[in-house]
Amino acid sequence: MSVNEMFSGIQGFLSADQDVREDIRKVVQGLEQTAREILTVLQSVHQASGFKDNEPLMRVFVLSLSLSLSLSRFHEHWRFVLQRLAFLAAFVVYLESETLVTREEVTQILGIEVNREKGFHLDIEDYLSGVLTMASELSRLAVNSVTAGDYSRPLRISNFINELDSGFRLLNLKNDPLRKRYDGLKYDVKKIEEVVYDLSIRGLAREPGSGGEE
Amino acid sequence: MSKKEAFQQELDTKHDKYERLVKLSRDITIESKRTIFLLHRVTSVPDVEEVLAESEDKLDGVKLKIKLIALELIGEDLYQYHRAFTPGIQEYVEAVSFQHFIKERSLISLEQINKDLIFIEDKKNEEPEGLSSDSQDEKDKPVCFQVTPTDYLLGVADLTGELMRLCISSVGNGDIDTPFELSQFLRQVYDGFSYIGNTGPYEVSKKLYTLKQSLGKVEDACYALKVRGSEIPKHMLADVFSTRAALVESDEGIS
Repeated sequence: MSVNEMFSGIQGFLSADQDVREDIRKVVQGLEQTAREILTVLQSVHQASGFKDNEPLMRVFVLSLSLSLSLSRFHEHWRFVLQRLAFLAAFVVYLESETLVTREEVTQILGIEVNREKGFHLDIEDYLSGVLTMASELSRLAVNSVTAGDYSRPLRISNFINELDSGFRLLNLKNDPLRKRYDGLKYDVKKIEEVVYDLSIRGLAREPGSGGEE
Repeated sequence: MSKKEAFQQELDTKHDKYERLVKLSRDITIESKRTIFLLHRVTSVPDVEEVLAESEDKLDGVKLKIKLIALELIGEDLYQYHRAFTPGIQEYVEAVSFQHFIKERSLISLEQINKDLIFIEDKKNEEPEGLSSDSQDEKDKPVCFQVTPTDYLLGVADLTGELMRLCISSVGNGDIDTPFELSQFLRQVYDGFSYIGNTGPYEVSKKLYTLKQSLGKVEDACYALKVRGSEIPKHMLADVFSTRAALVESDEGIS
């Protein structure tokens, strides 16, 4: 009898968990949809016609979850979408001002907290992952802006990515997913360096110090 | 005893039908692949119309096969046998959309594909073996086959791979405009697919990755064309001269 009671207690706990999971899943689904919509708008930056900055790009997102729960238990469920949103925020900020988004800015844009104590927060790993995703997107942008005839943007991207790379070098990364993402950064750096090389060797780049012009 | 035999018969009928569908699907795949190979020749032959006409003939043959599938499926649940013929249908979508792209430079719609797969009967055709009896009253209706949205998506995803190859081979032939046109088109398709993202079935998200790689290759090709435009081999200079002149002008404007 007592065994039975114990199990029914645990069952209640588990099914409450299940409900929370369901709720999170619904919220995450909505967020993923929004993230895709934003990405679709942003993708036009790769087109030759360029990017028309006429959209109110970032809406405010609030994860309306009951904060009384210890939330990191469910982190897995929104990790992906949060990294994606961090990427989008970083990308938008870069396109607007060519600066690196800070963690505080991302949380402001997304309407969430930096500190875990204050409520739903952005993990440092998720923020960094988002930044790394942006780096790959920028290496693609560098190639495409050359195709569109913009030869100065790749140089600016190159500086930015190099700074980013040296910044990441300061971190002690464990052998975890973030480390794997970081390992991909060197390919982005390489690609942009090739673009810059191609441009400077043909005298298309106007960079002080790259004196190889014809 | 008789019950057991009835079960056996029912099961055998089902298996036979499944096998026939698999076989048809394989035939469709082979023919569609051949059509695609044929269509790849448009970059190297002078007469595009001839190739298109030949591909039209081949696709008509494929449509007849699809009609056989449609006949097998009369009165059946499509999804019960879906796995048997989905590879063939995807390949067909790929071939048809490839042909459509070469003709129109646009993406064929699912509605258009389905419209081409409605077969109006002019004479009563022989009933294939193993058809369930309730097909009798449906015989007067036009036979039609509906491509599912998933098959359409997967076929289009494969199309992008073909377009990538088309792009690379047209670079090889000194065609400067096609790669840029293709990269724009592929970007649109990619944006479309990333809008669907992971809401679609598993295979779609898997193909999204391949699509990204294809797009990367095409973009790299365009980049190389733009940057290295001045290094095109001499024998091609004649046909790209006008493009190159414009390129040099714009370069001078910037540097």
